[in-house]
Amino acid sequence: MRKIAIYGKGGIGKSTTTQNTVAGLVEAGFNVKVVGCDPKADSTRLLLGGLAQKTVLDTLREEGEDIDLDDIVKVGYGGVRCVESGGPEPGVGCAGRGIITSINLLEQLGAWDEKYKIDYTFYDVLGDVVCGGFAMPIREGKAEEIYIVVSGEMMAMYAANNICKGIKKYAQAGTVRLGGLICNSRNVDNEREMIEELARQLGTKMIHFVPRDNMVQRAEINRKTVIEFNPEHNQADEYRKLSRAINENTQFVIPNPLAMEELETLLIDFGIVN
Amino acid sequence: MPNRKNYINGLPDPSTLKEEILKKYPPKLAKKRAKGLVINDPNLEQEIMANVRTIPGIITQRGCTYAGCKGVVLGPTRDIINLVHGPIGCSFYAWLTRRNQTRPLEGEDNYITYSFSTDMQDENIVFGGEAKLKEAVREAYEIFKPKAIGIFSTCPVGLIGDDVHSVSRDMKAELGINIFGFSCEGYRGVSQSAGHHIANNGVFKHVVGLNDRERVGKFQVNLLGEYNIGGDAFEIEKLFEEAGITLLSTFSGNSTIKSMEYSHTADLNMVMCHRSINYIAEMMEEKYGIPWIKVSFVGAESTCKSLRKIADYFGDADLKAKVEEIIAREMAKVEAVKSSIRPKVEGKLAMMFVGGSRAHHYQDLFAELGIRTVSAGYEFAHRDDYEGRKVIPSIKIDADTRNIEELSVTKDEAHFRPDLVEKKAELVSKGFEFKDYDGMMPDMLKNSLVIDDVNHWETEKLIEFYKPDVFCAGIKEKYVVQKAGVPLKQLHSYDYGGPYTAFDGAINFYVEMERMLATNIWKMIDAPWKHESELVGSMTIEA
Repeated sequence: MRKIAIYGKGGIGKSTTTQNTVAGLVEAGFNVKVVGCDPKADSTRLLLGGLAQKTVLDTLREEGEDIDLDDIVKVGYGGVRCVESGGPEPGVGCAGRGIITSINLLEQLGAWDEKYKIDYTFYDVLGDVVCGGFAMPIREGKAEEIYIVVSGEMMAMYAANNICKGIKKYAQAGTVRLGGLICNSRNVDNEREMIEELARQLGTKMIHFVPRDNMVQRAEINRKTVIEFNPEHNQADEYRKLSRAINENTQFVIPNPLAMEELETLLIDFGIVN
Repeated sequence: MPNRKNYINGLPDPSTLKEEILKKYPPKLAKKRAKGLVINDPNLEQEIMANVRTIPGIITQRGCTYAGCKGVVLGPTRDIINLVHGPIGCSFYAWLTRRNQTRPLEGEDNYITYSFSTDMQDENIVFGGEAKLKEAVREAYEIFKPKAIGIFSTCPVGLIGDDVHSVSRDMKAELGINIFGFSCEGYRGVSQSAGHHIANNGVFKHVVGLNDRERVGKFQVNLLGEYNIGGDAFEIEKLFEEAGITLLSTFSGNSTIKSMEYSHTADLNMVMCHRSINYIAEMMEEKYGIPWIKVSFVGAESTCKSLRKIADYFGDADLKAKVEEIIAREMAKVEAVKSSIRPKVEGKLAMMFVGGSRAHHYQDLFAELGIRTVSAGYEFAHRDDYEGRKVIPSIKIDADTRNIEELSVTKDEAHFRPDLVEKKAELVSKGFEFKDYDGMMPDMLKNSLVIDDVNHWETEKLIEFYKPDVFCAGIKEKYVVQKAGVPLKQLHSYDYGGPYTAFDGAINFYVEMERMLATNIWKMIDAPWKHESELVGSMTIEA
């Protein structure tokens, strides 16, 4: 089983990209599990057709330790097994600790049992690696491959670089590696070249360039992935290519995060000056 | 028994010891640590580094901010429910470990034998613990119907952002009793000292001044910074009662929240432990005009001095006569015991590393027995406790200090006592000293080694160098020191002993020192084969 975590700046399109990629893998015949690690619990909406998902932490709170796996795992598009970890209300408690509790509980309940024959687990994690709890999927070998969703916008690149710092920290002590950058295009000038260069400097590669297309929004409004909503569309093919690239990827590295000046130079060379 | 070391002509210069201690540290640390180890000269104005963060990696004596707030200051008060918001360990390990005693009157509430905790679980960390805290407050109220509940924050509470103050306000409105919270998360300061300050602020803000009780005595006083460990406060109370001094409230040994509410009707505040409680004394003077003096009831001589100072303050002839009568009677008893014990222990050497006042106060008791203090220091004191209050304006305010709320106190016109301000001015003109704390260093011998926040490495080197006869510290140091063949007296909990304050307490202490020091048992700590040569033998095997 391959264990993958998707990180990236807030609002960059992690959940959308993850779910569309997962749809591509499912279409290709793989068994996939998605674990949403965001207190908003919106990481599996497109795969479940908007089905309201009861989160692990809510279930834990309401029903105590005696939980059935079926209470928290919902099967969605093409048999994807979907879990939302959930978390506290905004501004209350500790969401990071929630993720730790949630993943431990899933393991205890046998969510990864042989009988499910899972080929891929995807962890879709909120924002930057803000604290220890949000790094949980990359600690202790929960996830072993990381893909960072990024765009040519400065703050997205800063965030990607920061996440690399987190990966480097845990990579040195464990098995986690960076699998590559996924560019979710924002139509920034020289975006492809800039992200390719960023990837090169980080010691990885841009695994796919996903062009911007309104079809993604249209599918989302209909609570579906593009592959399910409009399988013939170009954008569906883009996600198929991305899932193929991930499936065929063999380049897993410990990233070399850039110094702030290097990152700024990169931005000036490719963007602002031209 | 002859004295093992005779320092009659003064203590040896410990420079080599200091060098040897520092040599072990990395250069940057050695430079910092050097400022915390001062070779004392009472004739010089020396500066010591104190109240700075402990260096990670050394074994410190210090406790946490929560311990200072809940354990030290509020813990000994019997009629308040001290509810700890946090995981159970923080409550369990703060449960009566200081041996604070209390004597409730018939029918009066006493909760100090209980341990109250919200027992936070993983779920409360993830989703926030405010709801559980409210439930705990309601539950405690339903079972005990207390007059007051204090809520104490442990580390995770600060990390997840539970607002104990808003919960306190809500619950106060709901239940109609006094409820207040403390942001005393363990990591909040350098040591427990931060917790003392936070506790002082909370008590001053939420308790002092709530009840304008009518006067009940001619001489009304408060005793601040006496925590009734092993019954210390009982000894002092006994003296006041006999002398006709009305003790309104003690902060906080053998005391009640109820009495703190009318403590602002006192004529004088007496500060025992300067470090933990001077804040309230200062704020009460600012707000109500009540002056404060430094007292100590540790040691028979100190007790005489303090009693006379109180009598002088009130300037009442009958009170003075009564005080002299008590002193004469009690000192006769003290002298009788002292004269039989002193010859057995005189000339011995002591060192003490404890508290924010005790390491100073107990030197007086030892001196009465002719035992000299060769090295001493505090766990959590500030520079003024070493060098005297005169250095307060020059103490650097660092980020850790800024972390603690500084209350801005204004004069309470309705309760202010201009008569006391006048009295103070008059006495000052006659040379009477208020707020008179000159610190520990001027009272110590030349060449004694003063050490702030001593650690285990330094402790071992000190024992090697001085070979002291008795070492005073706490439970964390006790067995390490005793394994080196030096008896250790705990000055936090008094082991199983006490009281040691006032006259009867001094007698108790003399007897305890005789028991601990006039014995050869500590010389037998090593196994005989450590000193005797190995047995050598031979044998012949005949085939």
